Amino acid sequence: MLSITDRDYGTPPEASATMVELFIDGKPISVPAGTSVMRAAAMLGVRVPKLCATDSLAAYGSCRLCLVEIEGRKGYPASCTTPVEPGMKVLTHSARVADLRRNVMELYISDHPLDCLTCPANGNCELQDMAGAVGLREVRYGYEGANHLHSPKDESNPYFTFDPSKCIVCARCVRACEEIQGTFALTIDGRGFASVISPGQNQPFMESECVSCGACVQACPTATLTEKSVIDKGQAEHSIVTTCGYCGVGCSFKAEMKGNEVVRMVPNKDGMPNHGHSCVKGRFAWGYATHRDRVLKPMVRDSIDEQWRAASWEEAIARAAAGLKRVQQQYGRGAVGGITSSRCTNEETYLVQKLMRAALGTNNVDTCARVCHSPTGYGLKTAFGTSAGTQDFDSVLKTDVIMVIGANPTEGHPVFASIMKRRLRQGAKLIVVDPRRIELVKTPHVAAVYHLPVRPGCNVALINAMAHVVVTEGLMDEDFVRERCEAADFELWKKFIVQPHNSPEAVAEIVGVPAHDIRGAARLYASAGNAVIYYGLGVTEHSQGSTMVLGMANLAMATGNLGREGVGVNPLRGQNNVQGSCDMGSFPHELTGYRHISDPVVRAAFEKEWGVRLDPEPGLRIPNMFDAALDGTFKALYVEGEDIAQSDPNSSHVVAALRAMEFVVVHDIFLNETARYAHVFLPGSSFLEKNGTFTNSERRISMVRKVMPPMAGKEDWEVTMALSNALGYPMEYKHPSEIMDEIARLTPTFAGVSYAKLERVGSVQWPCNDAAPLGTPVMHVGQFVRGKGRFTITEYVPTDERTGPRYPLLLTTGRVLTQYNVGTQTRRTANVMWHGEDRLEIHPHDAEQRGVRDGDWVTVTSRAGAITLRALITDRVAPGVVYTTFHHPETGTNVVTTENSDWATNCPEYKVTAVQVMPLPAGRAPARREAPMQAHAPAAK
Amino acid sequence: MDIHHLVKMANQIGDFFAAYPDHDEAVRSIGMHLKNSWEPRMRRQIIDYVHQTGGPDLKPPVREAILGLESRTAVSGEAPGDD
Repeated sequence: MLSITDRDYGTPPEASATMVELFIDGKPISVPAGTSVMRAAAMLGVRVPKLCATDSLAAYGSCRLCLVEIEGRKGYPASCTTPVEPGMKVLTHSARVADLRRNVMELYISDHPLDCLTCPANGNCELQDMAGAVGLREVRYGYEGANHLHSPKDESNPYFTFDPSKCIVCARCVRACEEIQGTFALTIDGRGFASVISPGQNQPFMESECVSCGACVQACPTATLTEKSVIDKGQAEHSIVTTCGYCGVGCSFKAEMKGNEVVRMVPNKDGMPNHGHSCVKGRFAWGYATHRDRVLKPMVRDSIDEQWRAASWEEAIARAAAGLKRVQQQYGRGAVGGITSSRCTNEETYLVQKLMRAALGTNNVDTCARVCHSPTGYGLKTAFGTSAGTQDFDSVLKTDVIMVIGANPTEGHPVFASIMKRRLRQGAKLIVVDPRRIELVKTPHVAAVYHLPVRPGCNVALINAMAHVVVTEGLMDEDFVRERCEAADFELWKKFIVQPHNSPEAVAEIVGVPAHDIRGAARLYASAGNAVIYYGLGVTEHSQGSTMVLGMANLAMATGNLGREGVGVNPLRGQNNVQGSCDMGSFPHELTGYRHISDPVVRAAFEKEWGVRLDPEPGLRIPNMFDAALDGTFKALYVEGEDIAQSDPNSSHVVAALRAMEFVVVHDIFLNETARYAHVFLPGSSFLEKNGTFTNSERRISMVRKVMPPMAGKEDWEVTMALSNALGYPMEYKHPSEIMDEIARLTPTFAGVSYAKLERVGSVQWPCNDAAPLGTPVMHVGQFVRGKGRFTITEYVPTDERTGPRYPLLLTTGRVLTQYNVGTQTRRTANVMWHGEDRLEIHPHDAEQRGVRDGDWVTVTSRAGAITLRALITDRVAPGVVYTTFHHPETGTNVVTTENSDWATNCPEYKVTAVQVMPLPAGRAPARREAPMQAHAPAAK
Repeated sequence: MDIHHLVKMANQIGDFFAAYPDHDEAVRSIGMHLKNSWEPRMRRQIIDYVHQTGGPDLKPPVREAILGLESRTAVSGEAPGDD
């Protein structure tokens, strides 16, 4: 069912610039050509009864409830499928159409349960509303004939029920699955009266291809598909627009509430990133926010070997401040540092870096983007002048060729993947560069023209080979390069890229991709009218992550695929605020807006605003902090929202570093793995409990709104502020809007951002300033931010992480649709029904060589450590490559990944680890890590 | 910090810039990268290492950049324990 606050215009809007004037019930209206009569009427405030129509789906014309009269036309056309025409005169209500509608409604209701008072849709049911609208007073056919009233419910899905007895077969669910989600999991089985909605092959939802995005639930006009939370709690009474707490798509949602309780999350039709769509995480997996594992009181202890003791906020904050001060007095200012998460809001990350730089006098502050997209920051800034993707999401609808490199959008960024798939169904071509055969390679009505299964660690050789083809085969956009790029750098690059060692034939064996496929893919990309690159951590998390980002930028510049809609180079950020946390000065060498800390002019502005002198030298990055801790020069850490003990590579190394520190403060909503090594625990607030902003992958700044009071009593920004005050550096913000005002004062690209504007326009994409008061959807139009685009020589350097007799396989890691990152949130939801454990994907050939059968426990050993998990035999991975996820702490996937890292940014090389895989000897119990909550829960109080 | 790790990181930086045909530019770029992204104690440690051992496992342009770094720009910032 639609949101309680949505207005439904019946059919989608039309973009035509040609306006058509017509008359509806005698009233004139002018609408874009192509608009349906139904929508035109709705725009006038005239509600034409309807059931199969909704404005998120193309008109279908099946329910026959929206019939109207049109002067000069025979019969009673359906207003949803009838486009407006100049001078058309429409009558939406007459005695004749009223009769027809009532008769249609009578037929519907003759096969529908009459249990409205106890129905979960009561109060938000379109069928009920329409019965009222058409004035249905009797059903002459009775209810004793053939019917569907006793069809059994399908309750297999943990989040919604399917009750076919209430289905009117309007096909809105089927069409939503096709048009919006692009999964094609639903169909109408049978004909005529026997027509029923069928998931998969008449299977329960959980056994079908359904991905639980919820588009069908939202589209359903009755209680046939209903959220279980609505069945349990009843209809919501108010709604608040906020931003999803999961991936970097940053979907806009309406939190539908009863008092302070969330009833359901409904994707916001007006939300720019998602246009009313969602995925299983954002729509359904929000129950973690009130999970019993939430820690709601601050806790303290003197030693990590002691049990936790509950404390007041005052005591905990005082202890945290005293601990940090004591370490600085004893070991120096540089002995402390802070780490924030990309799940924190912009205001929170800004405040933590301010705390570190201004209150504690150190630039030792970093954010978890260090371990995911820091090479994006380096590469795109070097090439184009700013550290962000070039396009808005909707730009993909103007593209002709999409190249996806090292990303798995249907799993990691599902809502954007749905938009992308829509464009591919319209005819755009697809190139996938990935060691695995990801779903996008072949999915209903979508097939990649090229899948280049690049060997992990060899991306740079591949992108260079593609650029070699472009240059040597005369496929460059010479005009673009001449007008838009630095000539001297281009000439250097051209000399480099045409060298024979960069040819597809020279690198084919290294990268594991046939030369003719590399050539074909390069030609396809270069010859498209508009070609775009989307990439993910399969690009960045390599020892040459930054080089690869530069290589992609080179290719895009050489082919002129920048500076307009439908083109560009775009990182798909893993977490909701990766872009924002990078923007906010969370890296140790940069202040907000990516300005180096050594720049005296920039520093002076901050010094004036903050009233302190700032250190002009860069601070320690996250991996440097660990190394310095083991070296004895880094002794205290404040971590907000990040579980470094689970998410960072070579967990043993991280744990040793944490143990070597004298004082650790963890600020989180759950007692995570890192908290095992903490001395003060400060309870955090979930995205539902605080105000702030997130910035998504397309640079879009959106409001996060508090829909319920913080369960532990404080929003996170208030905690950081209290800590700063206890350290003796006053912070006196009354609301996060004041923090944003400060950010805007100090950051040219944010100069035009304010909460008042966000309230007014919904969201803006930075740069947002006097030059672009409503933001910038597409960057580098006309000229690059740095002026001229810069080509860079990108020599391929093999990673040190190589296979050999001892470790003959390459492990690469990734994520699945239903889990999120280290699973802190999603493991505490019913999403575990889809993914309850990490599995090792291994090719049948490699499995057979080792005597591994599907489901066997296997040990994965690298030079960093060993883990045990069960095998999943699949040819989705190539021979020689194994793959797993890192969602479950019991697996401890990052025990085996190494601290090998990107040359420019120290982003870890998660995607390449040489390993051996062996079956666990029969009778030997698998060695699994203890789940954190069982391991160190506080003593009961 | 583990000097072997620092040496490896420095050599990785060197590998990237070594592709530039102009030796002086490569050395200058390596030095700039170290200055802009390495915390002072890391720079100090690798400079000391070059002085003490000659940096035999550092690639020549990297060693040159580290020595140039020392002469061109003082390593500022306090050492741990300076307070």
